Amino acid sequence: AFKAAVLIQQWYRRHVARLEMRRRCTWRIFQSIEYSCEQDQIKLHNFFSYLMDQFTPSSSKERDFISRMFISGESYKEAELEKYCDYESIEVPDSYTGPRLSFPLLPDHATALLEAFQQKQQLHARYVLNLLHETRKHLKQLPNISHVSTCYSEEVTVCGDLHGQLDDLFLIFYKNGLPSPSKSYVFNGDFVDRGKQSLEILVILFTFLLIYPKEVHLNRGNHEDHMVNLRYGFCAGQSTVHGKKILRMFQNVFCWLPLATLIDQKVLIIHGGISDTTDLDMLEKIPRDKFISVLRLKRRKESSRKPEVQAINGESKSGTDAAGNEAAPRLSLQPQSAQAPSTANRLEFSRWLRQTVQEQIDTCRRLVDISESEPEELTYSSMVSLKEVDEPCWTRQEEWKQILDLLWSDPMPQEGCRENKVRGGGCYFGPDVTEKFLEKYSLQFLIRSHECKQEGYEFCHNRKVLTIFSASNYYEIGSNRGAYVKLGPDLIPHFVQYQANKTAHMLTMTQRQVFPVAVISRVEESAFRALREKLFAHTSALISAFRSYDGDNTGKITLSNWATAVESVLRLGLPWRMLRPQLVRSTEDGMLEYKSWLDDLAMEQRSQEHIQSSLLEVIYRNRSNLETIFRIIDRDHSGLISFEEFQQTWKLFSSHMNIELTDDGINDLVRSIDFNKDGNIDFNEFLEAFRLVKQCP
Amino acid sequence: LVAEIEKKITEAFEVFDRESNNTVDVREIGCIVRSLGCFPNEAEVQELLAKIEVEEPGGFVHLEKFLPVMTEVLLDRRFRPIPEDVILHAFEALDENKCGYITKEDLVKHLTEE
Repeated sequence: AFKAAVLIQQWYRRHVARLEMRRRCTWRIFQSIEYSCEQDQIKLHNFFSYLMDQFTPSSSKERDFISRMFISGESYKEAELEKYCDYESIEVPDSYTGPRLSFPLLPDHATALLEAFQQKQQLHARYVLNLLHETRKHLKQLPNISHVSTCYSEEVTVCGDLHGQLDDLFLIFYKNGLPSPSKSYVFNGDFVDRGKQSLEILVILFTFLLIYPKEVHLNRGNHEDHMVNLRYGFCAGQSTVHGKKILRMFQNVFCWLPLATLIDQKVLIIHGGISDTTDLDMLEKIPRDKFISVLRLKRRKESSRKPEVQAINGESKSGTDAAGNEAAPRLSLQPQSAQAPSTANRLEFSRWLRQTVQEQIDTCRRLVDISESEPEELTYSSMVSLKEVDEPCWTRQEEWKQILDLLWSDPMPQEGCRENKVRGGGCYFGPDVTEKFLEKYSLQFLIRSHECKQEGYEFCHNRKVLTIFSASNYYEIGSNRGAYVKLGPDLIPHFVQYQANKTAHMLTMTQRQVFPVAVISRVEESAFRALREKLFAHTSALISAFRSYDGDNTGKITLSNWATAVESVLRLGLPWRMLRPQLVRSTEDGMLEYKSWLDDLAMEQRSQEHIQSSLLEVIYRNRSNLETIFRIIDRDHSGLISFEEFQQTWKLFSSHMNIELTDDGINDLVRSIDFNKDGNIDFNEFLEAFRLVKQCP
Repeated sequence: LVAEIEKKITEAFEVFDRESNNTVDVREIGCIVRSLGCFPNEAEVQELLAKIEVEEPGGFVHLEKFLPVMTEVLLDRRFRPIPEDVILHAFEALDENKCGYITKEDLVKHLTEE
């Protein structure tokens, strides 16, 4: 009997070990794909930079086209903003049964909103805009770094990324209680994108922010950024009549979110991390609203420092600095469509006129002659009294880096500080960087988010850095828990973990406990599906790589070479030999017939036979990038772009990416899609044709 | 063949290498060995660990020390999988009443009584 027990134990332990291995591999797959997507985002921006540098518009049409690509995300001056997002004129029909807000907000409003969203109701656009307006007003008064003290509210709850997962926010409120004078909250960024209820989360958070301004604190995350929103789908849901107004307002609200929160002067909370150059004193002084998107284009040349020019009444203006040649990474080609303020206010009008004229000059200069030229003088300096600010001893470029590092960095186990090439922004910072930083500012530890953790939270750097992540089931149902952390005056962290139940495909509690295999299998399936998609998207490159190992042209390669080849193409850093059994079904004598393996992959992915497979492959490889580009082109976020625009986009894109595509190829492509007779392409239809509709996880 | 085995071992090792510095916690060794297809019992795992010099404090294992030992294990085909009928026998041995099942409590009792 003893022997029997030992045997069983052996077998069981092996089973558990295998499960563990599978779980970790699955995690790795998701992570590597997620981060390589973020990297794509940066590559996309490099693409735009490249465009600006190399491309000389040959016609006014092309010029317009390019300039439109960069205009998105421009911010508005106060008066324009008010006019544009004029919520008061929006009528709310009597038939509307959702919550109605009035300002100043009261706790009852919050409760009504929570109930409404639980019933899947929506908040009318008028109230959304109103709320955003008030939120912006409030945020503007806040410093870059919020200060929280535990002596007032005894306990502070810190939450990490939510990513539009409303269920998780409800869970947190359910378990921990709503924000109130005795319950402080800090929400550490990334409220939006990926999940389906980004708007609802923002509405709730902003509502509580306005009701309990002393107790609720929000930090900006890397996803509170227009360029990232374009990519990750926050914009996709906003194609209603008032959608574009709402989106514009969000841009102008996100940029005003504080960058960090400090508890008792001892615990610093930031979304991403730090770098070896992070400077809290500088951070406190940066005009944070100037950075609507941290992922904007870099200037080819960095201008030397110029005095900051401000208008007479000193109101800080977002958008183009009057000088027009800031060292900022933001390329501001102001649209000519800016509305003139009413002539009632003559001062305003003349200021606007000057600005517009200057902008026109700059715009033309930029478009006609790509190389930058520094203006010799400020053309309207005679009209505006220049107020030289205490000249900051840093450049816009340095400011930008401070924010980028704060929002995008990740901790690493090794010492030092290096570029975060995986994400494409921010740094990897080591324990020594943390140590120095904490010492410099007399802090005890850092709290950050930005990275998904299996258990919802994780310590590193000798417990000096805490990662807290509040979106459960982030990659897939069952993939991870969410967590929040509570800090009392002793600043000792207490964690609460949870996992939101989704209604569909739900496994019962018992099932999950008794059959962890079931959970792992589901998540694993999802991961491998994503991985196979990626493999398919690189078919041509893979064939070349395989051929290089198949000198005799037998059509077969060893499994060992398969693994090496795949890694060299995809560069995901995955343990391919461990994953092989799930990816390669049949082998003969340990050799793989690679062509048929790739064909099998293609069969899974293909939906339309008559489209050339190489075309399909190209689209697949670039589909996330394509989406982003389309969204940028689709300025009114209506989901429609004209056929011509589509062609133009494709041409530009393909020339940069060195993809060969004939005009006929594009035409064939378009012909196979149903598009309405007026020459517009419904982007969703287009994607659907290739089953590329972006699925929100 | 050896090169391929070594690559496989390295990959499995890296999955558990939390800090990307070629070391893993000694407690994970059992898991790694098993996920490479071996079925050692606890005593055998301990033997293996004795061969690999585990570094104190903290109990970490370096890839350089693990690799040769594990390569030998795989080449020698040690700790082979237990065939299904043997496992079935094992369960039958524990099923004193011959009723075709064991309760969870009984199983736990047997497995933890070692």
